[in-house]
Amino acid sequence: MYTYFLSFDLPKLIVNGPIQGEGFAAPGATQTYMKLAFDLPFWGPVSLFPGLQLDRFSALVYLSLIFLLLVIINGAFKLYINTYKGRLGERMLRRIRFELVDRVLRFPPHQFKRVKPAELATMVKDEVEPLGGFIGDAFVQPALLGGQAATALIFILVQNLWLGMIAVGIVALQLFIIPKMRKRLLVLGRQRQLTARELAGRISEISEGIANIHSHDTSNFERADIAARLGRIFKIRYDLYQWKFLVKFINNFLVQVTPFLFYLVGGYQVIKGTLDVGQLVAVIAAYKDLPSPLKDLIDWDQARQDVNIKYTQVFEQFDVDNMIDPRIQAVDSSDIAALQFPLAAVNLSVTDESGVKLLNRTSLEIMPGETVAIVGTTGGGGEALTSALARLVRPDGGKVVIGPHDVFELPEAVTGRRMSYAASDTYFFHGTLRDNLLYGLKHAPLKPLTYEGTALAQHKWRIGESRKSGNPDFDVDADWIDYAAAGTAGPADLPAVILALLDAVQITKDILELGLRARTSAASYPNIASRIVTVRQAFRKRLQEENLEDAVVPFQAGAYNPEATVSENFLFGAATGPVLSNLDLAKSPYFRSVLEKTGLTDDFYRMGLAIAGNVVDLFRDLPPDHIFFQNLTFMTPEEIPEYQALLQRTQGRSASSVSAADCSKIISLTFSYVEPRHRFGILDEAVMARIVELRRQLLLNLPDSLKGNIETYDPERYNTAAPLMDNILMGRIAYRYADEADNIRGIVHEFLNEQGLWEDVIDIGLSFNVGVGGRRLTEAQRQKINLVRSLLKRADYLILNRPLSALDQQTQRAIAVNLLELRKQTNYHPAVVAVVSTPALSSLFDRVIVFDRGAPVASGAFDELSASNDIFKRLLS
Amino acid sequence: MPLNDEVELLRRVPLFADISPAKLKLLAFTSDIVSFGAGRILFNQGDQGDAAYVLLSGSAEVLIGEPSVQFRVDTIETNAIVGEISILCDVTRTATIKTLEPVTALRIRKEHFLKLMVEFPEMGIQIVRVLAERLSHTTAALAAARSELSKAGRQ
Repeated sequence: MYTYFLSFDLPKLIVNGPIQGEGFAAPGATQTYMKLAFDLPFWGPVSLFPGLQLDRFSALVYLSLIFLLLVIINGAFKLYINTYKGRLGERMLRRIRFELVDRVLRFPPHQFKRVKPAELATMVKDEVEPLGGFIGDAFVQPALLGGQAATALIFILVQNLWLGMIAVGIVALQLFIIPKMRKRLLVLGRQRQLTARELAGRISEISEGIANIHSHDTSNFERADIAARLGRIFKIRYDLYQWKFLVKFINNFLVQVTPFLFYLVGGYQVIKGTLDVGQLVAVIAAYKDLPSPLKDLIDWDQARQDVNIKYTQVFEQFDVDNMIDPRIQAVDSSDIAALQFPLAAVNLSVTDESGVKLLNRTSLEIMPGETVAIVGTTGGGGEALTSALARLVRPDGGKVVIGPHDVFELPEAVTGRRMSYAASDTYFFHGTLRDNLLYGLKHAPLKPLTYEGTALAQHKWRIGESRKSGNPDFDVDADWIDYAAAGTAGPADLPAVILALLDAVQITKDILELGLRARTSAASYPNIASRIVTVRQAFRKRLQEENLEDAVVPFQAGAYNPEATVSENFLFGAATGPVLSNLDLAKSPYFRSVLEKTGLTDDFYRMGLAIAGNVVDLFRDLPPDHIFFQNLTFMTPEEIPEYQALLQRTQGRSASSVSAADCSKIISLTFSYVEPRHRFGILDEAVMARIVELRRQLLLNLPDSLKGNIETYDPERYNTAAPLMDNILMGRIAYRYADEADNIRGIVHEFLNEQGLWEDVIDIGLSFNVGVGGRRLTEAQRQKINLVRSLLKRADYLILNRPLSALDQQTQRAIAVNLLELRKQTNYHPAVVAVVSTPALSSLFDRVIVFDRGAPVASGAFDELSASNDIFKRLLS
Repeated sequence: MPLNDEVELLRRVPLFADISPAKLKLLAFTSDIVSFGAGRILFNQGDQGDAAYVLLSGSAEVLIGEPSVQFRVDTIETNAIVGEISILCDVTRTATIKTLEPVTALRIRKEHFLKLMVEFPEMGIQIVRVLAERLSHTTAALAAARSELSKAGRQ
């Protein structure tokens, strides 16, 4: 603050001293600067530094340099403070955000029925952001700005009492009026926050409920709702603007009016001689500095109130009763001993949100290693029981116990590893199938990743920062997979265990197909890529054995493949980048020049015209929504009249005499032509040979725009841009053999097994990205994978709630038999409690419990119950 | 085989007798021509049906029963239609069709087939005729089998 004060004082010294010549009246006169002398009491004058004798010009230079130094010191000081407060703010933001997500992880389950996910996301992401930014300013800003403003005011007061009084008066007025006016801004600000949060919630509802919106034709209702919300937001924001600028206007007016008073009063005093010019200039300069800290101070106060409101708003949403105790979720990397006790419900009651009793004072016991099927009417209580056993709903009365422990008091490290739950509704995290399968094994960072060199330094920095922000320092890149829990020694054994389970739930073929459809880089699967040539040869031999060698027409360097499109034949490769549309390609000057050179322009033009003519002839009279249009690749029903006109325009004219646009359009039609498919009889041997020549010429000097986009087919090399299936076939299934496609697929599967490539392809398939919530998988696939996920961790209690409801009864039964067989073969014998979708399935279990109206009514072996119990008999029939 | 030649073949099929050549050409264009070697399966009993086949050349046998104990109930010759029951009634394939010699067939997708029936009532009538003939054939066979059975029972 002292340096700040000096920087006000210096201009006065400069103007009054060297510039106006005060004290330098005689030429060569000097003044003393930087004299350090004190007059100490009881000691007398003490001189530390006698001072410098400077003449007028040197004094000017000296004082100016001092001024520069002060500017630099002030600037450096500001830089330092800003950096530190920025860091403080960012750490605080990180801490708050983490704290909020941590709370979300500890919310009691029913809380998620009340809050919209998108609203939580906006709160964590957007709404707390100003909080972090503000924390840094919370104390520094008022101290700094208040100091600056006070210094400036004191300076003005010291220079001239009247001017000082004017400045103080105006400042007082500002400080009184402006915050008052801004009250309304805060109210509006809060409304803006709430409406924006609701908007985020609605948008996510639209995206989640899109199927319902389409099927009920309510898109316009949604539009109206969104428009209404945006209208409300607009009004709030517009009000906000109006007020903001009004406040700004008043504030600016008050600021501007002060110099007016300074000029008037100060000028009057200078004229009267009670104030020198240097003082007036310094006062005005000091005042110039006053409004900005003052304004910032007022802004700060507003930000403080704003942040306060935001904090309260967010706090309310995250301050929830019955939060899960952090100890229950504490990270535990030790081995959790198997649960040896029976799992029991004691007087268990479960009520839904509306107060309906789903489960009424139920007591039952499941012994370790026992398999129990729960059968019942809908709402019979079986689902409520399994949800409570799995800790998903809190009981209203009674307990779930494992031996002496109340399940709700056990840490998640025990329940999450020794118990497992799978239901018909599944959830998948964005990532690969493998990530999702192994998700249930990632409880703790078991094997730390070792870092070296700069990576180590960075890792240490990350850990240090985490701790300073109060975040946990677990390394997300460490190996979290608990191999021992899956009954394996390490990563190498895991695939076999997974494969056995995938086989049991009958999803291996699906995953194999995913693998066959994937494009993989040759480097990651050398076993496939390096052997691709022998694999292809072996596969062709295999087709011959099956009498299907004609069914797949191979891509060969010097030959036309009649089963592929014309463009596939001349580009002769798989697209790696964005694919050029047919029309773009037909217009491309490079392509046209090569086409001309190979003498194909006229052929393509003639073929294009023939295609257009045939298609128009065939489809002209059909209504645009006719089902036959599904098979038309050349044009859309709407384009038919356009091509009709084109045909008339070009009638009897050659390629060179029609317009360039028409010519490109006609030529582009030929690109998707496949003779055996479309059968217009327009592609003869001579043209095919020339298209092969075109292929050769095109590849000679491909322009850069195309070069990166195409990877040429090469029978001797793995094509990374083509799916694995295409790589094995290296050709096209002939249209005549379309019905053999399934057959050929089956042969490929067998073939992969014979070649020892099965595991690799499964591995590729497991790298399939499942999409948001697993939506790229079918419902049945999701349920199967979900079941495998819950089986993989080898829990002692397996709680299942219609886990495969999307499958037909036969498949469900087959899978249940497979799994029970697998259970017999391995040394892993969990207790199973399963709500079964069809009562008949219960015959596979040791014991059946029949539920009716929220309570168990019978329990016993299947044969016994099916003979004696009426309710069970009725359910079975 | 170019489209125009196919149209000539299709005109010989009784089912399509009343359909104009232009429409037949459209039908041929939107359907696939498929080939099967001798002894191959067009479809298996119990499969989901998604297409009907018109035999343009060759012949096939109609088999019923589990793969281990199949017996032939009929043979079908060139120009006959097969596989229409499963797409008309939305049931799984009622029999297995196995080629006796190399077969070329027009594969008409289910939705196209149904559309054709609506647009060409004459074709619908033809289908009814084919089905009725098949029914009388089956009834006669059933009657014969019953009398065989009762004879065997009396002895």
